[in-house]
Amino acid sequence: MAKLPKYILLLVVVLLPFAIDALLGRGWVRIVDFAMLYIMLALGLNIVVGYAGLLDLGYIAFFAVGAYCYALTGSPHLALAFPQLFPDGLHLSFLVVLPMAALLAGGMGVILGAPTLRLRGDYLAIVTLGFGEIIRIFMNNLNAPVNLTNGPQGISRIDPINIAGMSLNATQKIFGIALPSVHLYFYLFLTFAALVVFVSHRLERSRIGRAWMAIREDEVAASAMGINTRNLKLLAFAMGAAFGGVSGTLFAGFQGFVSPESFSLMESIMVLCMVVLGGMGHIYGVILGGLLLALMPEMLRHSVVPMQQALFGRIIIDPESLRMLLFGTALIAVMLYRPAGLWPSPVRRRELLTDEME
Amino acid sequence: MMNSDTLSPRKQKSSNLAKPRAEMAGKNGALLEVKGLRIAYGGIQAVKGIDLHVAEGELVALIGSNGAGKTSTLKALAGILPPSTGQIQFDGKSLNSVPAHQRVVMGIALVPEGRGVFARLSVSENLLMGAYSRSDDSEIKEDLRRMYELFPRLVERRDQVAGTLSGGEQQMLAMARALMSRPRLLMLDEPSMGLAPLMVKKIFETIKEVAAQGMSILLVEQNARLALQVANRGYVMESGAIALSGESLLGNDAVRRAYLGG
Repeated sequence: MAKLPKYILLLVVVLLPFAIDALLGRGWVRIVDFAMLYIMLALGLNIVVGYAGLLDLGYIAFFAVGAYCYALTGSPHLALAFPQLFPDGLHLSFLVVLPMAALLAGGMGVILGAPTLRLRGDYLAIVTLGFGEIIRIFMNNLNAPVNLTNGPQGISRIDPINIAGMSLNATQKIFGIALPSVHLYFYLFLTFAALVVFVSHRLERSRIGRAWMAIREDEVAASAMGINTRNLKLLAFAMGAAFGGVSGTLFAGFQGFVSPESFSLMESIMVLCMVVLGGMGHIYGVILGGLLLALMPEMLRHSVVPMQQALFGRIIIDPESLRMLLFGTALIAVMLYRPAGLWPSPVRRRELLTDEME
Repeated sequence: MMNSDTLSPRKQKSSNLAKPRAEMAGKNGALLEVKGLRIAYGGIQAVKGIDLHVAEGELVALIGSNGAGKTSTLKALAGILPPSTGQIQFDGKSLNSVPAHQRVVMGIALVPEGRGVFARLSVSENLLMGAYSRSDDSEIKEDLRRMYELFPRLVERRDQVAGTLSGGEQQMLAMARALMSRPRLLMLDEPSMGLAPLMVKKIFETIKEVAAQGMSILLVEQNARLALQVANRGYVMESGAIALSGESLLGNDAVRRAYLGG
């Protein structure tokens, strides 16, 4: 990875939004911003699935918890639910909500983890899938008797993220350089993504990380090693969920609007695919997977539509349906030719190579 | 080959330090004392109230056919499976409310059935996982060196992923990993399972060697002859109960007929 000197890599990343803006247009910077959120989500899920080996199909629920956390506390919406208590809604600062959302999502992770401690594999996947749907359905229906979530219409007019008195929703001049909103969000998300990478990296090499991997490999043997499997599995759920919550909060502030349809089962599967496609348990692989799967639909949209227009004069295949087709094909291809993911961790690659030799 | 302190038990907590061994152990000098242990899976009783004990420094074999309840017994002793009733005493203390991960700290190590090596971790990482409950880094390093001395095969493979080892090497690794916790009681579940005869011989030689260092061992085996040959004492389990026990089971007619083929 680090053949390139670190500062060159840093320089490239810092200049990236300007390069994209100049070459592809501002819309693409926004797309890359979303990709960063997906990377954070994928890295969070990687803790649960990649490190601890717990198959979680409802991960997007924690993203939803974080997003709604900021949507409720950072918008005028609460005025609808509790007009006496919050006549203008509760407008908490983003920096206050962020740790709250992380804690709440982490707590939800424990709530999901506790009853499923004895489950593994497919059975765990089914229960977590149910959990994800429950959260989404709650968001969908909690507009009565008290209008807490505004139901399927979702919550809009969420305050933009505001850091040190500087709104990220407007162009700001920093050191004489004009930074448009999407650029500012890019740097914010970059900071958080880097933080998530750093924490993942430290966890991987820590006592906790090794214990997770032991649980993933053989739970009975792990507890025979003196590992408190219950607490460590709960911790994996909580840490993964907290990352999801942070990512959700950023999402709500960035988009200014949340609704339950952003948190469908398809999204959970998407994030899981990022982890699996990229390389389970390998941070850089997961980043690659997140980047690819977040950008691919947009690339399709921007290439397939004009291409069909030029060839046939009208759109025959909707890019959305084409997306699922290509996506499925890509997954099958990866499972056949690179079963450990596009960029697996060195250990996993070694193991698969030896398997083939035998 | 090995220093005599290679497999010495974990250092006692300071309160116990001054007490002589005999006083610390339960009555009859038993390190492990099991009374009326029952284990049920749903409505089915796998273990129907057994008594057994292992004295300090003893190698005890627990033999019996498939489904007799041997593995369930070991799992209950390790704390992985909750017994429905019964008393388990280790070193004079009741284990009934001690969770599995605490029992390792107390000095009980289990080599699980099917070895249970961490397939995607390297050999040395596996061994270090064995010392998970310890924090004395310099001594862990020393023990690591001793394990490589005891199992020279593992040295060549130390950076290899454990899943790629042969069955016998995995068994060695699992035993070494268990010893890394500096146990006072080593419990082995079917160490001969699925191994070539030559490898089985090697594994049993190692078991004898470990026992000669003064380690207390509870050995569960289907290979009754081998187990009884190395053991000081044995128990025969039959459909969840202890059918026979004693020191010279190898010469016992009933055992001979049922387990040793005539």
